[in-house]
Amino acid sequence: MSWEVVIGLEVHTQINTATKAFCGCSTAFGSEPNSQTCPVCLGMPGQLPVLNGLAVDKSILTGLAINADINLESKFDRKNYFYPDLPKGYQITQFTVPLVENGYLDIPTKSGEEKRIGITRIHMEEDAGKSMHEGLDGVSHIDLNRSGVPLMEIVSEPDMRSADEAIAYLKQLHQLILFLDVSGANMEMGQFRCDANVSVHRPGTPFGTRAELKNLNSFRFIKQAIEYEVNRQIELIEDGGEVVQETRLYDSVLGESRSMRSKEEAHDYRYFPEPDLPPLRVYQQQVDTIRAGMPELPGQLRRRFETEYGLSPYDADVLTQTRALAGWYEALVAAHASDPKRCANWLANELLGRLKELGKDIEASPVSAHRLAGLLDRIADSTISGKIAKDVLDAMLECSDDADAIIEAKGLKQVSDSGAIDAIIESVMAANPDQLAGYRAGKDKLMGFFVGQVMKASRGQANPGMVNARLGVLLKG
Amino acid sequence: MDIDVKKVAMLARIRLTDSEADELGPQLGSILGYIEKLSEVNTDGVMPTAHPHDAAMPLRANIVTNSNRREALQAVAPNVLSGLYVVPKVIE
Amino acid sequence: MPFSTLSDIQSRLNGGEITAVEVAQLYLDRIEAHNESLNAFVYMDRAHVIAQAEASDAYRAQHEPRLLEGLPIAVKDIFCTQDGPTRCCSSILEGFDAPYDAHVITRLKEAGAVLVGKTNMDEFAMGSSTETSAFGVCRNPWDVSRIPGGSSGGSASAVAAALTPAALGTDTGGSIRQPASLCGITGLKPTYGRVSRRGIIAFASSLDQAGPMTRSVRDAAMLTEAMVGHDAGDATSVADAPIVSWLAACDKTDMKGLKIGKPKEYFVDGMDAGVRAEVEAALKQCEALGAEIVDISLPHTEYAVAAYYVIAPSEASANLSRYDGVRFGHRCDAPDDLLDMYTRSRDEGFGTEVKRRILTGAYALSSGYYDAYYLKAQKVRTLIQQDFMQAFEQVDIIATPTSPVTAFQVGEKTDDPLTMYLSDIFTLAVNLAGLPGLSQPCGMTAGLPVGLQWIAPAWREDLLLNAASAYESATAWSDLAPEAFAVKGDKV
Ligand SMILES: [Mg+2]
Ligand SMILES: [Zn+2]
Repeated sequence: MSWEVVIGLEVHTQINTATKAFCGCSTAFGSEPNSQTCPVCLGMPGQLPVLNGLAVDKSILTGLAINADINLESKFDRKNYFYPDLPKGYQITQFTVPLVENGYLDIPTKSGEEKRIGITRIHMEEDAGKSMHEGLDGVSHIDLNRSGVPLMEIVSEPDMRSADEAIAYLKQLHQLILFLDVSGANMEMGQFRCDANVSVHRPGTPFGTRAELKNLNSFRFIKQAIEYEVNRQIELIEDGGEVVQETRLYDSVLGESRSMRSKEEAHDYRYFPEPDLPPLRVYQQQVDTIRAGMPELPGQLRRRFETEYGLSPYDADVLTQTRALAGWYEALVAAHASDPKRCANWLANELLGRLKELGKDIEASPVSAHRLAGLLDRIADSTISGKIAKDVLDAMLECSDDADAIIEAKGLKQVSDSGAIDAIIESVMAANPDQLAGYRAGKDKLMGFFVGQVMKASRGQANPGMVNARLGVLLKG
Repeated sequence: MDIDVKKVAMLARIRLTDSEADELGPQLGSILGYIEKLSEVNTDGVMPTAHPHDAAMPLRANIVTNSNRREALQAVAPNVLSGLYVVPKVIE
Repeated sequence: MPFSTLSDIQSRLNGGEITAVEVAQLYLDRIEAHNESLNAFVYMDRAHVIAQAEASDAYRAQHEPRLLEGLPIAVKDIFCTQDGPTRCCSSILEGFDAPYDAHVITRLKEAGAVLVGKTNMDEFAMGSSTETSAFGVCRNPWDVSRIPGGSSGGSASAVAAALTPAALGTDTGGSIRQPASLCGITGLKPTYGRVSRRGIIAFASSLDQAGPMTRSVRDAAMLTEAMVGHDAGDATSVADAPIVSWLAACDKTDMKGLKIGKPKEYFVDGMDAGVRAEVEAALKQCEALGAEIVDISLPHTEYAVAAYYVIAPSEASANLSRYDGVRFGHRCDAPDDLLDMYTRSRDEGFGTEVKRRILTGAYALSSGYYDAYYLKAQKVRTLIQQDFMQAFEQVDIIATPTSPVTAFQVGEKTDDPLTMYLSDIFTLAVNLAGLPGLSQPCGMTAGLPVGLQWIAPAWREDLLLNAASAYESATAWSDLAPEAFAVKGDKV
């Protein structure tokens, strides 16, 4: 009999505001330890929280993008526990009434169909600081720069049935969040973290007891951790054991997880309403305004690129990975309107490949959309061949000159003058009498040899169409 | 009322000696026993009050207002090293 | 002079009869002479006080005087001040010098006040007698074998003995009004949200409110005016709070047309007969001034103590979690491990009453008990609030005794926390409902002051001031001074 896997995910994503959730400290990453702290985020006596309005707007935007309900009145609660990186001894979070409820995300599945994953809620909360233990003898060091950074906790329904579905959901969510510009969502910087609730059961029976896998910070590890956990639970049950409800920590180096339970940690968070913060009220008008300003979402954009520009689903998908890339593509099309497909090819295959080697995002591309369009114009009007254009693009990445200037300076202009081409062909024929004789004796395949020689002699600049046509005439003698 | 004071004390991270626990246990018991009085009140359909006034939460502009005051803020800390707070090892 | 009001001192300063430095010196001398017997002040820096007074005199020489120009004000040790230590009278804040001023402190400084020092209090404001202070018991100037009330007992004692003409207190369940009553002075707790809580060390966030403790109603109004105002740094500070003409509200000399509610639940068996008699007499006086006394009922009053002793300790249990020995305050020596650091630091740093409240709160919030205790108490809170709203449909203002008893002996109730808790029985419903309340002296019984409490609808401090100033103008109770501290050799 088979097993069914049930996965629910909790994603903590850092809202990309300039300041923290409840104080005016900067959220900039990588600063000197504790340099971005103040009495509020240090939990000093008498200090009080005041919520960042932009963090609210961004959470609402996210809620709208997942088709969720926005609660016009939501509440903040205190979640009590002691930890040295939690200055107040409680986290301010939304426990009873979150800002966002009842949303969903459609994810692609292997069968090619879409599957709907329910999103129970998105609530706002504050992050804790960072404890460092490595290389320290008997002590830990605490950096509270991250303390109080605003987070959205996005809680899914237990709707995923495999690690692959979980990853598809996370990737979809990750892309959406980047599109909305609500989070940097950089996983290495901890801006997009995932906890996974995993259980297994026999189809047709109630859900099994779940284990929670904490703080998974790369798609690869999440998949590994879930697969490991699924196998662990199945083996455990098949060996007559029982899964216990617990939190487990996945060790990506060892490729296994271990229980995080410790004897005094029978968690009792003693949630209660945060008395320092009255209810959060948002107005329908505010929600409507945010909805009106919502950017085109990845799915909508993909479909539009296919219909409006005739792109293949693959190209449309590549070019809609980020809002910046899609915007860049549309700027390129605006500047080179004659051939959106050529734009797609050159952006997706040529420029992105080169940028990847340089370790740069499209935002940091040394070649602007306008400059690339200038290059594509020269292909379109046959000034240069596509092959030459690749060299020109290489050159453009290293200087700030336009394509035209580079073509001119390097003398790369395509030769389309039939007299000049004929002259080159004559000289090639003269230099290769044996091959000429062979061709004339019926070895048609030698045509390719002559094309190659002529292109080489012209340093690639001869118009390939004309070379073919003239060779056809002249080789016959 | 019989209260497991030691368990509550652990939740609140307060060490209690046995004799303190022996004293506090009955005291908490009598306080909580008095509080039981609340159960006499019929609160069916009554909404809880968390805040005395029906006010909405004011919001803050997303503007950095704090600069680095680490030195002054850490002057009152029991143990810091190179700008980091030092605590006994945190075991996960 | 020492038993003068702020207003008196102000007019003498304005008239050029005296300088701020002279005023400061006079009170500093009195603190030095009398604090040993009262233990009302826990911190005072003479040189710093004189420097502030000099600055005030210099300011006055150049500008129009500000609202509190040159007036000495003491503050409870619960207000964070950049100058000097802030301890909340707890050992856990040992070594804590706040790197910031409370919003109210900033307001007082901007108003030109001279801050004379920190006054004694129950540790973390948890108490009704100022016996739980880490700095030792504070005494009542009317009888130093007795407590001054609490938790703002140091402020009450200091004002009553004229070691300062006025002081700030905080009131979570009666901590301004009850000690004001027991020390024979005036204390005002403003409407919740009127005064910013930022920089005031939190006890129970949904109940705490700071206010003045003074020798007259007008002084209370003047000091409140300096304290109030919206603070964007406190989300519970109300931005559009109705404005009161604080001083003008104190011009009333009669009570014509005023309907005063007399709740039957506040005149009960078991209260001190002398207190009852004095308050009844005061209400007669009010009638003579033109008021109509209306018998009313606040039916859920008897549950206020129970609701309060769930809500306040619950909030406190969380508010006091930050005292963990990591970023400030006391850390135990050589902790074995992290858990040892937490539990031992907090054991050593907190006194017994604070521990009792933290444990009560942690218990009330813990899983399995939340609904029966915390949620239930919040619902009862709603009913208590509704009681007041219904009463205010019938009457303009409510009058009650502030405390069922007068000042009791030091040590009398320390072994019985529940009895101690019951001493706030008449004050804490006001905090649960977020209303303004004022206590003023209204008589003496067995040589000890009795307080009359006024309760008004939210934001109607003007009604409190109207009634209290009319009563004060018709009586002389505010002018009484405890003989042992009265002026003999003191210069005017
Ligand atoms: Mg969370
Ligand atoms: Zn901060």
